[in-house]
Amino acid sequence: MNPILSRRRFIKAVIASGAAAATHSGISSAVAGGQETAGEKGAVERLMSLTINGRTRRVDILPQETLAFTLRYKLGLTGTKIGCNRGECGACTVLIDDIPNYSCSTLTHSVRERSVLTVEGLQGEDGSLHPVQQAFIDELAPQCGFCTPGQLMAAVGLLKDNPHPSREEARQAMSGNLCRCGAPMAWCLRGSTRVLWRMGA
Amino acid sequence: MASYDVMPDVQLYQPANIDDALNLADRFGRDGWILGGGQDTYGWLKDRAKHPKAMIDLNGIETLSGVRQTDNGIEIGATTTLREIVRNKTINADYQLLALAAGHVASPQIRNAGTLGGNLLQDARCWYYRRGLACYRAGGNICYADSPEGMNREHCVFGASRCVAVSPSDTGTAMVALDATMVVQSIDGERLIPAGSFFKGPNTHITQMTALRPGEVLTAVRIPSAWAGSRFYFEKVADRNVWDFALVSIASAMRIEDGIIKDSRIVCGGVACTPHRLHHVEKALAGKSPGAETADLLAPLASEGSRPLNYNHFKLPLLENLLRRALRG
Ligand SMILES: Cc1cc2nc3c(=O)[nH]c(=O)nc-3n(C[C@H](O)[C@H](O)[C@H](O)COP(=O)(O)OP(=O)(O)OC[C@H]3O[C@@H](n4cnc5c(N)ncnc54)[C@H](O)[C@@H]3O)c2cc1C
Ligand code: FES
Ligand code: FES
Repeated sequence: MNPILSRRRFIKAVIASGAAAATHSGISSAVAGGQETAGEKGAVERLMSLTINGRTRRVDILPQETLAFTLRYKLGLTGTKIGCNRGECGACTVLIDDIPNYSCSTLTHSVRERSVLTVEGLQGEDGSLHPVQQAFIDELAPQCGFCTPGQLMAAVGLLKDNPHPSREEARQAMSGNLCRCGAPMAWCLRGSTRVLWRMGA
Repeated sequence: MASYDVMPDVQLYQPANIDDALNLADRFGRDGWILGGGQDTYGWLKDRAKHPKAMIDLNGIETLSGVRQTDNGIEIGATTTLREIVRNKTINADYQLLALAAGHVASPQIRNAGTLGGNLLQDARCWYYRRGLACYRAGGNICYADSPEGMNREHCVFGASRCVAVSPSDTGTAMVALDATMVVQSIDGERLIPAGSFFKGPNTHITQMTALRPGEVLTAVRIPSAWAGSRFYFEKVADRNVWDFALVSIASAMRIEDGIIKDSRIVCGGVACTPHRLHHVEKALAGKSPGAETADLLAPLASEGSRPLNYNHFKLPLLENLLRRALRG
């Protein structure tokens, strides 16, 4: 078996079983805290439906839980990265009703009845890459790749809103995503705006 | 002090109408936390620097969102996102100053989530305060920024009183320049507060930035047509164009008839604990014509009365130059 795949599967299985959560004091204390006060009159129900990448699932969500946390640690959708966890880097960017948002700074409870698209949802049903993904590869946009899922989502969000962006519009739309390889933004910005521009043109 | 990935335990309420929200705001008082886009909120909770018991999310209340025409201008709901403001046709046509200011906030993703209400009501960005230190603003009896060792490059040059933090809101300056009115509701009814007296300095309210009281919710902002279509100028200088708060910014509106300035509003950000209106410059401008001559003549007035701290003298020439550019047009 592909070693990378099996490692991923292993991590996901551990997450699903709750074993990983229990080793992280921040996570486990938050989980415990949430249970103590759940059910306060009029407060949100913890069990909710989430629509992610076109699939709706029932999930148990803490009131204070961020979407990045839910995606990565509850649903195993680890393509979404957490860089700064405070709205300052863009690594966690996902689309909510087609609009780019920082999932580290979004409450999961606020996306009930909305549709979330993560990098895992970009590929076609036959497994083919999304044109923006292919273009990032062709343009050698990523270096280490950590910021790439966020950059991809910002780029896809731009093209959904504006299929023919000018260079300046592309720069603007990608400006909420930092790349720490090389000079800030240099590679991904150059790569992805060129990609965007080419795709739009 | 540690920062955590996960927010501590807090209840979340998502009322569907304003009455429920006002009742919750009243019930929780100081333990309640009104939630707009949350972009200024989550950092406080992740850092364990503020400890609300309940968040009251306004986003499910339809009447609080959107831009409406009124008899005398427009009304913008408090949960209207900055993205919507930047893209709104009426705002761009008549009150472009606000669209320009909103477009300079933070980053695209933060503008997509951040609300007008949250932007106007966001808390001070002094890092000592943000780190949860017991400074004056947090109810203590010391200012770490205004001490011999304190880092105060971003702090204020006007109007300090124990606390030296600046008003961080980019839309706040535009609202003061446009003579906007804040519509505030609580279970006791409605209050209308002019933008000019909505923002409070530390001499009157050291632990809060605005006149909003616990239990009150900002429901809308009204902009009168008085300044519609006048000559606007907005410029923000920050270390980076994205994410960073203004070191100094300027928002101005000028009504010009036959080449003569009839009336004006000049408001600066990043220099005082409230949006800082240059009343004396506005007075001096009346009857003059905009252009390089007036700009050079009046620019030095911008820094009059300032009291810079150890590391922020650079804000004074910056302020003067921004005024020069606003007047030169
Ligand atoms: C990395 C980063 C960079 C930033 N850069 C900038 C910048 O350059 N310029 C700038 O202006 N801001 C900046 N901000 C601050 C802020 O996040 C945004 O301004 C945003 O608009 C806040 O809006 P929000 O709706 O998300 O606020 P929230 O976090 O929801 O609310 C902020 C505060 O206002 C209160 N509040 C919100 N709505 C209401 C209401 N209707 N009635 C009563 N109280 C209410 C909340 O209780 C809270 O105390 C930045 C934030 C981050 C994280
Ligand atoms: S992890 Fe969300 S913006 Fe950095
Ligand atoms: S490719 Fe390494 S952070 Fe962008």
